[in-house]
Amino acid sequence: MKKYEDSNVSANNFDQCTKCTICTVYCPMLEVNPLYPGPKQSGPDGERYRLKEPKYYDMGLKYCLNCKRCEVACPSGVRIGDIIALAKAKNGRKVPKLRDVMLANTDFVGSVATVVAPVVNTTLGLRPVKRVMDATMAIDHRRTFPKYASEKFTTWFRRNMAESQKEFAKQVCYFHGCYANYNYPQLGKDLVKVLNAVGYGVRLMEGERCCGVAKIASGLIGDATRDARRNLSEMRKAVAEGMEIVATSSSCTFTLRDEYDHVLGLENGDVRDSVSLATRFLFRLVESGEIRLAFREDFRMRAAYHSACHIEKLGWGIYSTSLLKMIPGMELIMLPSQCCGIAGTFGFKKENYDYSQAIGRPLFDRIEELGVEIVATDCETCKWQIEMSTSAKVLNPISILAEAIDVEKTRELNNVIDL
Amino acid sequence: MAAKFSKEYDVIIIGGGATGAGTARDCALRGLKVLLVERKDFATGATGRNHGLLHSGARYAVTDGESAAECIAENMILRRVARHCVEETEGLFITLPEDDLSYQSLFIESCRRAGIKAEAIDPREALRLEPSVNPTLIGAVKVPDGAVDPFRLVSANVLDARLHGAEVLNYHQVESLLREQDRIVGVELRNLTTGESMQVRSRVVVNAAGIWGAKIAELAGVKLNMFPAKGSLLVFGHRINNVVINRCRKPADADILVPGDTISLIGTTSLRIPFEEVDKNVVTPEEVDVLLREGAKLAPTLATTRILRAYSGVRPLVAADNDPSGRSISRGIVCLDHAERDGLEGFVTITGGKLMTYRLMAEWVTDLVCRKLGVSVGCTTASTPLPGSKDVPSRAKSRKEFISLGVGEKGAVGRHGDKADEIGFANSRDAALVCECEQVSVAELRYAIQSLNATKLVDLRRRTRLGMGTCQGHICVMRAAGVLAENNVNSTDVLDEAASFIQERWRGVKPVAWGDALVEAQFTQWFYDGVCGLSELDRQKTNQSEEK
Repeated sequence: MKKYEDSNVSANNFDQCTKCTICTVYCPMLEVNPLYPGPKQSGPDGERYRLKEPKYYDMGLKYCLNCKRCEVACPSGVRIGDIIALAKAKNGRKVPKLRDVMLANTDFVGSVATVVAPVVNTTLGLRPVKRVMDATMAIDHRRTFPKYASEKFTTWFRRNMAESQKEFAKQVCYFHGCYANYNYPQLGKDLVKVLNAVGYGVRLMEGERCCGVAKIASGLIGDATRDARRNLSEMRKAVAEGMEIVATSSSCTFTLRDEYDHVLGLENGDVRDSVSLATRFLFRLVESGEIRLAFREDFRMRAAYHSACHIEKLGWGIYSTSLLKMIPGMELIMLPSQCCGIAGTFGFKKENYDYSQAIGRPLFDRIEELGVEIVATDCETCKWQIEMSTSAKVLNPISILAEAIDVEKTRELNNVIDL
Repeated sequence: MAAKFSKEYDVIIIGGGATGAGTARDCALRGLKVLLVERKDFATGATGRNHGLLHSGARYAVTDGESAAECIAENMILRRVARHCVEETEGLFITLPEDDLSYQSLFIESCRRAGIKAEAIDPREALRLEPSVNPTLIGAVKVPDGAVDPFRLVSANVLDARLHGAEVLNYHQVESLLREQDRIVGVELRNLTTGESMQVRSRVVVNAAGIWGAKIAELAGVKLNMFPAKGSLLVFGHRINNVVINRCRKPADADILVPGDTISLIGTTSLRIPFEEVDKNVVTPEEVDVLLREGAKLAPTLATTRILRAYSGVRPLVAADNDPSGRSISRGIVCLDHAERDGLEGFVTITGGKLMTYRLMAEWVTDLVCRKLGVSVGCTTASTPLPGSKDVPSRAKSRKEFISLGVGEKGAVGRHGDKADEIGFANSRDAALVCECEQVSVAELRYAIQSLNATKLVDLRRRTRLGMGTCQGHICVMRAAGVLAENNVNSTDVLDEAASFIQERWRGVKPVAWGDALVEAQFTQWFYDGVCGLSELDRQKTNQSEEK
């Protein structure tokens, strides 16, 4: 393991910053919050002072959304967001608040909540409960909580699908993440449907852990590293069996590929290229002629695509939109690329609620203006934010694809024999 | 102006480096009527062009025990009286496989004789103490080295001199010395900003002009045989090391790596130069090569770290023999009473020495001046803290309070110590950053203009750290010019200054203009030339003068 904190050399190439200041223009937080010093000052500028003495750490860094839009904007490839994330982990609050631990431990909370899902869902929706959570844990009462499913995706998969998947000649490993597992198993089911139709069997990792994106954001680096190690060893097994690993969440994908190395300092170069977003995996197969898709003739949809921050960072939004545009009945409108404001668990925290909504406001207004019923996006937390703040329903492109394909015809096109 | 300075002073001190500023302070503290004159800005000579190393004296222990003993004594004094200028980093003297390990015991023994605490430590312990150190080291000695900011140190001395009644004039050049028979009775000064001349009288004139002191002596008709020896250094983009790293061997080129504020410095070279080159010396490609090659042996990451700039200074060594390198000449203090030496009354010279011993030099020459004037007040500079180091800054009494300060306030408190109490951050404009790399705010610049004799952009750089950071003035120059103009400095002058500030920064970048430094310089050029049209300024002036 590379131990950045032990040496005085910043691993994140801040020396290459030419002070062009473009990053500050693309920072969604800076636009609404003057207390945030901005990506340039928090990142490369501040890093020089923190190397001089850690007490130069600025408390304003807590406002960084870790959206990485600064990194996308940077013409010199400086890992601005990574520098800030590491500085937060190193200098920020040492003992995290109970609330932050609860919000960050999506795995643990999800496991408990799914068991008693109806109770949790009803309770979390009650106004008095929201008030109490606001007062005791500083989770904003105006926030709508994602619903928990009563049956986890993994439980459904093992009960109903695990055996049949083995029959497929080609296999792919699915990193479902916490959201598909605890909150919205339908997304996982949709992916299985699509992949099966094109001749791929789905496998799950043994004891998949949360990717760690929320823990990293809350500075729980130790916990995140433990989970990451476990995931990496499982990912290596999958790759050794010749499988690619696909995820339906852009943030999970991004974390597995980039944050493990850049922020947690874990070597992942051997598996990084095998981790892909499901839409990218499918698009590339279609593009190479390896698979073909057939769509329902009666499918009609008018949808707007929202580029989540981490998909911008991956540069992979094009795979999702290209795939959606293959659907004959689809009218796809591109929304301007901007942060929706939720930034994972950030927007749940009481002190951030107003910033969160102010950041997303132009996006919400645009969605309402367009009058679209469906917004497509690759990120689950964007989904919560947009559904709470607009009248639109938000779907992952994989779910739209699952609805749009003609399964029988697709199977025929790909010579998938009846099992 | 002339009327103001027609009165007579007890002492006029020529030279606004550490020695001159220290002397002005010492004289003022002893109740003398003092005038300090400097032809450029304070700390522009050798004072501002060295390592900023708070020597433990260990470097001189083997070759010059006397200098070593002076260093360690002054080192301990500066830690007390100049707290806000000093960083107590510790220092390492490392032995590499190519060095002779047996030198270590001689080194430690010599240190002990000079009173320097020198402790051999396990190389692994050295690596733990300073992770950037060359991991192949075979020996390490820990000594009480540190870092000292020469600009801040001089500024604090000048400020304290003024607070005790001294008058100071920067940008005033000594044109001649006023002489009556065998006595120097004052100086003729030219105000370099207005071109006016004036005569100022004093009972004693102190020549503290560093290497330029030879010229001042010539004006007095006495001969000082000085040895200009150039030393060049490289500034790196950020701190590589937190502990000073030296080579444990006979002093040679590029064997000290000092962490200074936000950066690290490798140096120096030593090259004798003719007197004509003192004012226009340049860092040569050969020097850059040797600094990088030898520097990377101290800390391998040097080889891949961004270089900000190169600079050189000229050591004011007083010649004793014909040593071609100028290195084995004693670095000892030379305090000359020209009455004794040359039969010329009212004129004394203080030279030699080094930044570390500036206070002691000031003490010696002030003692001499007092003897001449029949004043019997003793020296208190070894125990009286400088302004900035007198107290804990009231807005940052604890680490927790410091962390909660805004970015610009942190910068101000870090640089000005308790004097930061005088810097008001009343509104968001005060707190707005001018120099983002070095966290310099509008309020801090205003304080420097109003309280620290800064009249030009380059002065603001030395009083704060404006333009010293990664972008070398690219972002901040125009903003700072605006702040300067707001504070009653003529705006066309300010534009000229912005142009010359950038030009001066480029001079430092040029010897290392490759990689990131070149990208930055190119960007700066596009911006100021292409967008702001700053080079048009020269063209307009040329046209105007042709029309006339």
